[in-house]
Amino acid sequence: MKKLLFFLLLVPLLAFAAEGELHLDKAPDVSGDNAALQRGARIFVNYCLSCHSASGMRYNRLHDIGLTDKEIKKNLLFTTDKVGDLMRVSMQHADAKVWFGTAPPDLTVIARARSGELGSGADWLYTYLRGFYRDASRPTGWNNVVFPNVAMPHVLWQLQGEQIMGPDGKLKLVKSGTMTPQEYDAMVADLVGYLKYMGEPVAGFRKKLGVGVLIALALLFGLTYALKREFWKDIH
Amino acid sequence: MSCDEKVDCGRRRLLFASATAGGVATVAAAVPFLSSLAPSERAKSAGAPVEADISKLAPGEMMIVQWRGKPVWILHRTKEMLANLGNHDNELVDPNSERAQSGFQPPPSMKPATRSIKPEIMVVVGICTHLGCSPGEKFQTGAASGIAADWPGGFLCPCHGSTFDLAGRVFKNKPAPSNLPVPPHVYLSDSEILIGENTKGA
Amino acid sequence: MAGSSYEKFKSDGTLAGNLLEWVDARFPATSMWKAHLSEYYAPKNFNFWYFFGSLALLVLVMQIVTGIFLVMHYKPDAELNASGVPIAFASIEYIMRDVPWGWLIRYMHSTGASAFFIVVYLHMFRGLLYGSYRKPRELIWIFGVLIYLCLMAEAFAGYLLPWGQMSYWGAQVILNLFGAIPVVGNDLATWIRGDYVIGDATLNRMFSFHVIAIPLALLGLVVAHLLALHEVGSNNPDGIEIKKKKDERGIPLDGIPFHPYYTVKDIVGVVVFLMAFSVVVFFVPEGGGYFLESNNFIPANPMVTPPHIAPVWYFTPFYSILRANTINFFWIDAKLWGVIFMGLGVMLFFFLPWLDRSPVKSIRYRGPLYKGALAIFVVAFGTLGYLGIQPPTPSRTMVSQVCAILYFAFFFLMPIYTKLDKCRPEPDRVTFK
Repeated sequence: MKKLLFFLLLVPLLAFAAEGELHLDKAPDVSGDNAALQRGARIFVNYCLSCHSASGMRYNRLHDIGLTDKEIKKNLLFTTDKVGDLMRVSMQHADAKVWFGTAPPDLTVIARARSGELGSGADWLYTYLRGFYRDASRPTGWNNVVFPNVAMPHVLWQLQGEQIMGPDGKLKLVKSGTMTPQEYDAMVADLVGYLKYMGEPVAGFRKKLGVGVLIALALLFGLTYALKREFWKDIH
Repeated sequence: MSCDEKVDCGRRRLLFASATAGGVATVAAAVPFLSSLAPSERAKSAGAPVEADISKLAPGEMMIVQWRGKPVWILHRTKEMLANLGNHDNELVDPNSERAQSGFQPPPSMKPATRSIKPEIMVVVGICTHLGCSPGEKFQTGAASGIAADWPGGFLCPCHGSTFDLAGRVFKNKPAPSNLPVPPHVYLSDSEILIGENTKGA
Repeated sequence: MAGSSYEKFKSDGTLAGNLLEWVDARFPATSMWKAHLSEYYAPKNFNFWYFFGSLALLVLVMQIVTGIFLVMHYKPDAELNASGVPIAFASIEYIMRDVPWGWLIRYMHSTGASAFFIVVYLHMFRGLLYGSYRKPRELIWIFGVLIYLCLMAEAFAGYLLPWGQMSYWGAQVILNLFGAIPVVGNDLATWIRGDYVIGDATLNRMFSFHVIAIPLALLGLVVAHLLALHEVGSNNPDGIEIKKKKDERGIPLDGIPFHPYYTVKDIVGVVVFLMAFSVVVFFVPEGGGYFLESNNFIPANPMVTPPHIAPVWYFTPFYSILRANTINFFWIDAKLWGVIFMGLGVMLFFFLPWLDRSPVKSIRYRGPLYKGALAIFVVAFGTLGYLGIQPPTPSRTMVSQVCAILYFAFFFLMPIYTKLDKCRPEPDRVTFK
């Protein structure tokens, strides 16, 4: 009887069968490094914002990462947008669908959307932006290891250069870009850091406030527990 | 009640301390909720200053610009219009604009005689100070205007008949209590006015 | 009725006293205070498992308060805005970024939803441990299971509101279950959706359910639940009836007034809960991807199904039971069996008071059969929950079938093993273990 019970309790362990899949590189953590995030913001506005909107993000939120209104206007605002405006793009949603087959998604919370079992959203984006390779069978001429048959071309190809998929399943750089692989990786790290920040701009403040709240609750616990003990002294 | 029963006093002290701490925590917890009712970034952005280009505004012409959901009238006053500004002070409720505006402040460099920074450019919020209708233009002077023989030109509100002159000042014996408010504004250049702020800022 | 048996308040001459006397002459203020707090005698041996009732009430209040403030800014509209993002989805990011402190209110609400289920599952488990559903408390239990059903509906409706991929496709799967019902299924599904596919009509009616209809039902049921409890008095970890031994004044010997003893103890429970709650809200609001699923940060797209749809964690045990049904029996296909057994899995809780034939209430005095059965039930339930999150494979389906059988066996065999079980004698007076 006890043996049966023991066995029955073990059956669930069968459920833990893992499967091997794609591997994601770990994105360097640049959160809190305002200089890196500012560089990332600049790359984002210059390369991504022409096709992708980030319609939840206001330009003046970038005060968080140490930019002033003047700096934002000078370096990041190119149209008639004002600093208080949202990062919208002029490409019509319907047009984009026709031109690319699928509309480029809004990137406001892309770093939160891409997190999963294989890694964080930042890891996914870091691997994705470094994972494009030449593929003549695709309409754009590019494919991607993380997102097979993606409709997006390799926007940063001039910086990275061109990779191909080797026979061993690994990527190889066959044509250099204007950046060395290390420079390119660092630039992508900045960009991904910015995307992660943009996904939840309040994250840094949230954690700091959390420490304060927990300390306050700990004090409250001390007081209320003492109060409970005081009242319950009479009960046996 | 004296403090000779140690247990009871200790209990009371603990009760006060806990209740106070709990009260502080509750107030602290209420702050985020009550703050969330304040204007959001979207509301603040919509209320942001607006630029008006007056380079093409000819004398006698008026343009309307929207600021914070309200119409702002920018009128390029002619010489005759300016001349008529000083001849009817006794008919006005507040000829020198002594009454303070509520909600927003006019530019400190505003001259009371013309209620503007530049004499020929009038900038006022075009909403009647009675109940909020938008007055219509009555620039034609004299009896032809249909208002009075000595009408100097200005605005007439269709809702209850309040009248304002070409500096937005309200006439006596009308329902509207005060002059049309002058919004904060500053000249970025001779042809560009930034409406919503009194300083050039960032 | 509690009101008539208590004396009306007599003022001591102070202003507060006069005010209270005035109110008391017109409203059962003092009698309600006495009946439900200062002279409600609860057993003195409540342990850790007895915190979760008051915590459930706390979470309910918290969800209502945070919900009130969220509704000020949320927009239930599935149409795409100028940037191609559904307005409902965009309004959530508006709350997270543009509304002062909106992020905190949102995280409290999303964490509160999961916290509600954790607290309620532990609260129900207390019932299983100590026989809280036994006579004369069957109606308390029934109200409780109704609350649980409302809670599941409330969570389902609420999850649709962010209008992300999981919102959309989770709703698609669940509403298609209604399509499994023979003859009327498809029409029923269309009627529930308000359209031929899930869309704006569905979103808006789920908004109505979530914001007003179900909360009203929940409040009514919680009041009924507490009134039913106070009518018969609380159970305790020993499962004995404290009202059997009273003193000369009619007060149970093992009873202590709820106020101040349990009010002061429950406040400590609240603070500890808030500490755990704050750790999540401030440091891991996504709950490892279980409280805020990453797929839900992608706006709903009727054309693209995410590779991996799973319901939120608190539904997964029942979802597993649904998926475990893979065989067509008789003329009923597996899909419909899945719906039937999933529904049965929840409904069986209603019958517990009558399935349990043990002469004792509390696990402390039951024999090895019940202890073993409960242990198996907990493991099976947990496993089903875990499997519900994973994509199905043949071996996982087999395990979920075994666990589903064990789950149902707990209920169906209960009349037998509770009767056969060798119980120990219950004590006369409560014990502190």
